[in-house]
Amino acid sequence: MPKITFDQVAKSYGSVEVLPPFDLALDDGEFTVLVGPSGCGKSTTLRMLAGLETLSGGEIFFDEKPISKLEPKDRDLAMVFQDYALYPHMTIAKNMSFALRLARAPKSEIEEKVRRVAEMLNIAPLLDRKPAELSGGQRQRVAMGRALVRDAGTFLFDEPLSNLDAKLRGKMRAELAEMRDTIDKNMVYVTHDQVEAMTLGDRIVVMSDGLIQQQGTPEELFKSPVNKFVAGFIGSPSMNFIDGELVDDDGKTWVHGDGFKLPLDLDISARMNDVQTRAVTVGLRPSSLTTDISRGAPIELKVVVSEYLGAQSVLVTRCGGADVLVETQSTSPVRAGSVQTFGVLTNEIMIFDKASGLRL
Amino acid sequence: MQSANVNRLTPYLFLAPAALIMAVALLYPIGYMIYASFLDWNPSQRIGEADFVGLRNYVNLLSDAAFLESFWVTIKFAAIVVSVEMFIGVGLALLLDRNIRGMSLLRTLFILPMMIAPIVVGLMWRYMYHPTVGIFNRTLKSLGFETVPWLSDGSWAFASVVIADVWQWTPFIFILSLAALQSLPQSAMEASRIDGATGWQQIIHIKLPLMMPVLIVTLLLRLIDAFKVLEVILVLTNGGPGLSTEILSLRISRTASEFRELGEAAAMSNFLLILLMLLTFGMFFYNKAVEVRAARLRAAAEED
Ligand SMILES: Nc1ncnc2c1ncn2[C@@H]1O[C@H](COP(=O)(O)OP(=O)(O)O)[C@@H](O)[C@H]1O
Ligand SMILES: [Mg+2]
Repeated sequence: MPKITFDQVAKSYGSVEVLPPFDLALDDGEFTVLVGPSGCGKSTTLRMLAGLETLSGGEIFFDEKPISKLEPKDRDLAMVFQDYALYPHMTIAKNMSFALRLARAPKSEIEEKVRRVAEMLNIAPLLDRKPAELSGGQRQRVAMGRALVRDAGTFLFDEPLSNLDAKLRGKMRAELAEMRDTIDKNMVYVTHDQVEAMTLGDRIVVMSDGLIQQQGTPEELFKSPVNKFVAGFIGSPSMNFIDGELVDDDGKTWVHGDGFKLPLDLDISARMNDVQTRAVTVGLRPSSLTTDISRGAPIELKVVVSEYLGAQSVLVTRCGGADVLVETQSTSPVRAGSVQTFGVLTNEIMIFDKASGLRL
Repeated sequence: MQSANVNRLTPYLFLAPAALIMAVALLYPIGYMIYASFLDWNPSQRIGEADFVGLRNYVNLLSDAAFLESFWVTIKFAAIVVSVEMFIGVGLALLLDRNIRGMSLLRTLFILPMMIAPIVVGLMWRYMYHPTVGIFNRTLKSLGFETVPWLSDGSWAFASVVIADVWQWTPFIFILSLAALQSLPQSAMEASRIDGATGWQQIIHIKLPLMMPVLIVTLLLRLIDAFKVLEVILVLTNGGPGLSTEILSLRISRTASEFRELGEAAAMSNFLLILLMLLTFGMFFYNKAVEVRAARLRAAAEED
């Protein structure tokens, strides 16, 4: 279980620079999630780590050892592919034992390991079948099993759940989370789904357009995103952004915009005194708005749609020209079409520079 | 009701002209040949004047040493050329299945021989095999070796026609194998690299098994073709020396034109036809079996 370090690693295809040089350090035994929208270079990063793509610059180290010239098989890793990549002509048992058979492990040991992993993943009855005879969810388990049978130091996952339906995905996500706690290995997991990232990651690396935007624990990313991209990407439903302006009035700092004027808490306004810019974007999480106006600063919103999700509802409302989502308990129903006053939890307001998107 | 009937008939109506032409162009000659194989018929007679001799032509064949010899030559020829071509063709495809600059030009060059008319191939090789001015013997001589009787010695002549055929038809196997290789699931290949397979292990455990359906069909196609080979050998050796390179189609043509035994020639043709039909049926049933298996697998997968 080496400590993995990317040192100024870069990747270009021809003249197209997909990943500008970046640094990244993954601690030993950590579950790291690379998350970001489709096309941002997550798979490329993972595939360079696996040795399936060459590096255009920089070096990757396992502990102190440079590995960019090593073949995939010499890097001591196992990988689960997005499309599972099972060997179509081999039975499930043969698929799972392929690596061990190549390594000439003793037959009894191979059988024992395959059986143990198959039981853990509930695929023991399928061992004699071919991949074509399995459903999508079963194939996914086999792909997982094929990686787990090996005693590799590092496990790589490239969007392993993205081809499953929502229900199965939720189930597998929970199983993965459980596995994460029982298996003490390096795991690097790529996904575009921030829910997966938040539930699975010890540490999350948020990427966009080939750049690492921020890395940290799920809580750090949620509570203190460094920029508008991370703030909007992490959290569901995603954060509301409304353009506004900082104004000083009545001895306090306010943020003022089309249809709202909100007071800033002391610690935030103290930070605002240090910056030049007055044109800002206000970030409000749907959970920072409440129907209980006694708990926060008042804001008037026109309710457009109420999406009932069960215990909770998401209100789509309008504030001036901007859409604002509000998360409420379904027990206090709100009529669509009405204009209502909501309370804003001012300590959860985030202020971003309108031009650069950086959090102030 | 009426219009439904018409609708159902429409496709057959459209097929009818093609079916008619097929029947006339294909079935008529075959029927003619089968009928002729029961006659004692020489080319100066009209077919109506020939005597009906039943199965005599077929019985004669089985005791005709020259026919049996040429049958054996054909089998030997087909088996050897197809094995060698498969080996080299698949091998080359495995070697050249990579993206290096200039590879596409190289691939195009490799398939050129297949595009040359067989007669021309025959003539070309005949010049190259020429005992005094041919390139092979000239080269051997200038290097100080003995010259080789390429076309004038029985064993050498057989080897020479094998070489010419391998030169012409290896590309066929090469392109089909290359196409098969390039359509293999890329991620399975990557998975095997991560699982620790070396280049060889990848070929043996992943590539070849996955290519197998294409390889089997290619093999059968080539076998069918090899049994029918004529032009190159006709031009190179005309079956000689002796009977050493007299393959079945040559024997048939000689029986008809030289020995003037049209009935006997027809019987031989039927013999060859039956052989080829067996191979074709083999291919057909293999394809059928693959399809049925695929359908069964799909059905099983959907049940879960
Ligand atoms: N083989 C390739 N050739 C050229 N461009 C590529 C290649 N593979 C990926 N890219 C580009 O690199 C970018 C990142 O791709 P990828 O790492 O697959 O993104 P994702 O984050 O969705 O996994 C994309 O813009 C993609 O178009
Ligand atoms: Mg990807």
